[in-house]
Amino acid sequence: MSSTYDTIANIIAETCDIPRDTIKPESHAINDLGIDSLDFLDIAFAIDKAFGIKLPLEQWTQEVNDGKATTDQYFVLKNLSARIDELVAAKGA
Amino acid sequence: MRLEYFQLIDRIVDLNLADRKISSEATVPTTSTIFEGHFPSYPLMPGVLLIEAMAQTSGWLLVALNSFKRMPFLAAAKDAKLRTFVTPGQKLAITAHLDHDGSGYAMTNAKIKCDGKLICDAALTFRVLDFPNPEMAKDMRDVAARIGLKVEVPADG
Repeated sequence: MSSTYDTIANIIAETCDIPRDTIKPESHAINDLGIDSLDFLDIAFAIDKAFGIKLPLEQWTQEVNDGKATTDQYFVLKNLSARIDELVAAKGA
Repeated sequence: MRLEYFQLIDRIVDLNLADRKISSEATVPTTSTIFEGHFPSYPLMPGVLLIEAMAQTSGWLLVALNSFKRMPFLAAAKDAKLRTFVTPGQKLAITAHLDHDGSGYAMTNAKIKCDGKLICDAALTFRVLDFPNPEMAKDMRDVAARIGLKVEVPADG
């Protein structure tokens, strides 16, 4: 798995005090790891800082609320890693 | 300060949008019903209200940075340290700096000093949302005018 995944798994483990070995690429941050929206702000903050990006949480939330996306697309960690890689690539483009 | 009305900021002293920082001042009232309970024989400014003063100062910074189009709501206070007692009549200097502007949230670092001495400090998290109604946006502009927050407000804001 990519280093992006390892970085966000470590952030989640440290921020939410979740044992690192219970966090998997298939884990859903909300449904499986029990991370609530306030704790996710701390995770987003750490991710923003670590990768020099701005996770578009409002856009993602709107897309989920509008039925245009599922939470799996953004909150399953392997998918979140892919989204982060896309944002990093877009920043450097 | 009018503690009973949660008006914890008397005046904006400086707003620097480029550096993403703000300073305000407030004087703790000499009388307040709050001191009848906290504490009748030893009046102290409640620590939660010091945190609120830091939150309001941070909030005005965020309102200004968002050109009065969005409203910050306090969501978390971390590493809040209340370092010494604050008593009626003391003049407080409050500062805040935007640490991070996220998508729908913001983080600030804030502190309060009295006579140059650090009184308290905290890292604050805000959810930043659209105003829930136009009346609230107007209320905020009215308060901003009263406390001297000078920032250009868009015509449609």
